[in-house]
Amino acid sequence: MGYFELIIACIFVNNILLAQFLGNCPFMGTSKKMETAVGMAMAVIFVLVLAGTITWVIYTFILVKFGLIYLRTIAFIVVIASLVQFVEMFLKKSIPALYAGLGIFLPLITTNCAVMGVCVLNIDKEFTFMQSLTASFFYAVGFGLALILFAGIRERTLLARVPKPLQDTSIALITAGMISLAFFAFQGMV
Amino acid sequence: MLESVLFTFGLGAVCGIILSFASKIFYVYEDPRIGKVENLLAGANCGGCGFAGCSAAAEAIVNGNAPPNACILIGPENVTQIAAIMGMEAGTAESLKSYNTCDGGNRATDRFIYSGLNSCRAVTSLYGGKRDCTIGCLGYGDCIRACAFDAIHMGPNGYPVIDKEKCVGCGACEAACPKTILEVRTVSERLLHLNSYDDALAPCAQTCPAEIDIPRYIDHIRKGEYEEAVLTIKERNPLLLACGRVCPHPCETYCRRGIEDEPVSINQLKRFVADYEMNSNCRIPIECAPETDKRVAIIGGGPAGLSCAYFLRRAGHHPEIFEAMPKLGGMLRYGIPEYRLPKKVLDWEIEGILNLGIESHTRVRLGVDFDFGSLIAAGFDAVFFSVGAWNDYNLGIPGEDLEGCFTGIDFLAKIGNAEPVQIGKRAAVIGGGNTAIDCCRTLLRKGAEKVYLVYRRTRKEMPANEVEIVASEHEGIEFVFLAAPNTVKGNEDNQVVGLEYLKMELGEPDASGRRRPVPVEGSETVLDVDMIITAIGQSPLLSFKGKGDRVDELKITRWNTFEIDPATGQTNVPYIFAAGDAATGPSLVVTAIGGGRKAARSMDQFLRGKPVVAQPNALLNHHIPGTIFESVDGIVQKKRTPMPELPVAQRVNNLKEVDLVISEADALYESSRCLKCCRLCYNADAGVMH
Repeated sequence: MGYFELIIACIFVNNILLAQFLGNCPFMGTSKKMETAVGMAMAVIFVLVLAGTITWVIYTFILVKFGLIYLRTIAFIVVIASLVQFVEMFLKKSIPALYAGLGIFLPLITTNCAVMGVCVLNIDKEFTFMQSLTASFFYAVGFGLALILFAGIRERTLLARVPKPLQDTSIALITAGMISLAFFAFQGMV
Repeated sequence: MLESVLFTFGLGAVCGIILSFASKIFYVYEDPRIGKVENLLAGANCGGCGFAGCSAAAEAIVNGNAPPNACILIGPENVTQIAAIMGMEAGTAESLKSYNTCDGGNRATDRFIYSGLNSCRAVTSLYGGKRDCTIGCLGYGDCIRACAFDAIHMGPNGYPVIDKEKCVGCGACEAACPKTILEVRTVSERLLHLNSYDDALAPCAQTCPAEIDIPRYIDHIRKGEYEEAVLTIKERNPLLLACGRVCPHPCETYCRRGIEDEPVSINQLKRFVADYEMNSNCRIPIECAPETDKRVAIIGGGPAGLSCAYFLRRAGHHPEIFEAMPKLGGMLRYGIPEYRLPKKVLDWEIEGILNLGIESHTRVRLGVDFDFGSLIAAGFDAVFFSVGAWNDYNLGIPGEDLEGCFTGIDFLAKIGNAEPVQIGKRAAVIGGGNTAIDCCRTLLRKGAEKVYLVYRRTRKEMPANEVEIVASEHEGIEFVFLAAPNTVKGNEDNQVVGLEYLKMELGEPDASGRRRPVPVEGSETVLDVDMIITAIGQSPLLSFKGKGDRVDELKITRWNTFEIDPATGQTNVPYIFAAGDAATGPSLVVTAIGGGRKAARSMDQFLRGKPVVAQPNALLNHHIPGTIFESVDGIVQKKRTPMPELPVAQRVNNLKEVDLVISEADALYESSRCLKCCRLCYNADAGVMH
């Protein structure tokens, strides 16, 4: 698979939110305001690239080597959680401006299944290091795209005539389903 | 099995060790106070303070970027504790309150039937709202839903009413309102806001030198809310009893009803509510901002000084007034005669202002009893000059120093101060302004048998108020127009026996647009009088200058007034401000009051350590282009309430107040004549939309 196909596949065809249904918690939680959505998207891109590559390294050079592949999930969880904590400390000290921008969203990603999902997918698809790096970055871009699109739609729904029982989260879930259906049109492209 | 246990254990250990090292290596010193402060905050992460979460707010408080009471949810106890952690006094910041600027007027009719989502934001997206009025409140209550503190409720007339007790000033309602009708402001922000080009201002409110929200107080009167009306006036003018009596009401000249009908009697309505408060003998409580411990010396207790002191006090500062005369009031007391503004009324009004916590020192004259240096040494942070214009101009003709010659302000001040003055039988007053008329009418009441008013132009050019001229005509004052005094004639005892004047005729218009009087050769005429009062204008008395302190640096204009920045009232010495006649030359009481407030706004900036800057877009008594109409459609004629006054026979021999207050029924009728210009909603009865 060439890198171009990989990129298209990561952003659109296998969109982590709308085709794989991972990371629905921040998808609902941080999509009420465009500003928050953009901040979240940036933080996810940042963390996913780091997590995707580091878990690939750990899997290839430690787990495979010692025949501990069955410990993948637990190892990834511990690694990702520690990584996010580490990154948070690092940013606070070294790049305070970036910390101020991403600060509130970083701890949220600790428990984001999209991050975990991408790391596992990278392994399952037997990507090389460069492919994992590319995939991690563009999965995150796809996450950001979907989140920002959705935030735009949710801001508009405020003005729409929504029946009382369906207001707020329920209409958001319905909308998310419909966007997801729209994204299914990409299926089979790659 | 063993390796998996080992691996899991090892991974955990490695991660733990890396993180613990990282926390040492990447340790960022955090002020321990941040944690302490954060524990005292509400922990709701509500964002009401304007920071992202409570920890960010705690950090801002510790770094000095937010006051100890930044959190809107915690009580005074926690604020005090936070202040104690920070080692400072609590409560230095003023609390924000939400204000609804649209009270609906009479509700506008619906333009079309809309059955969509019941939210202001949704309705606004349809052609700006479904009501006829495109500016005002839509009444769907987005603000009510936005308020997390249950402080806004839908009022009986379909617009939101704010419960000031519950409002914490979080600003959620302001953000929720799609029409920018709700404003979250502090009291002093409201008091010290100058009229601006962006405000919805009726022509009268644009014209008023004190910038009173005239349509709003008239609306309160119409609804019978007299206390609310008084408070509305007092947001701009603390001297409403005095102004209600003596103001020449320039606002009425621009009244839109006046274009097609007689203007609304705005000033009589002001006097009605002002008298209502006084006669009820129960002062309406006035709200002041928290103390700032900044002291200001006010030199001169006239209208400008009282106004400035009042607004500074309400903004939380500590003004002290220094007055040269025995009592406060300035020209209101010593320039305006008893029959126009009874001293009893003025005393009551000034007492109310001083009750806010303003100290005053009377019989102390700057440069004589104390000097400027001692003020600064006494710890005053700023000084406000409102010394007025007490220096009468002289005619510069021979015989002016004879016995029986007086100058206008000097004469009125002596009468006002109850000093004995030898009143002549036949008197001449020279001048055509209000001071001259006041002198004439006072002379008449003090026993003069015949009073002449000598003016070098004609009645049309007289700068005095028309009502005053008419009243003095009724009282039998004889006007000698087109007469330029030439010599004062005296007898051997240096007593005045006559005033010789030259007759004039009107020539070409001069710079002021008035036709210049030209003397007629050989037309000398002698007026047989034994008392002459010269009232041809005044300038500030600047005798306190020249003592070798910073006052000497003050720039003075060629009219002998203080040179100030007209938008801020600041002089060239940064901590000295000036307003009133001392800065503008002789002018109206209401102009001095407006100047005092404008200076108070700049002084508030100065005292809080901010740069003194003019308010952007300030109107400064210009008119907003396009708001002064040529004609107004659909006005139903309604007669103006006449001014009730004492009959001439009952008033010429005493100092009883001439103008009387209108009755409540008349006030209600008169207030109904107001077209409610710029009251944001549609008045179907008046048939006019503005």
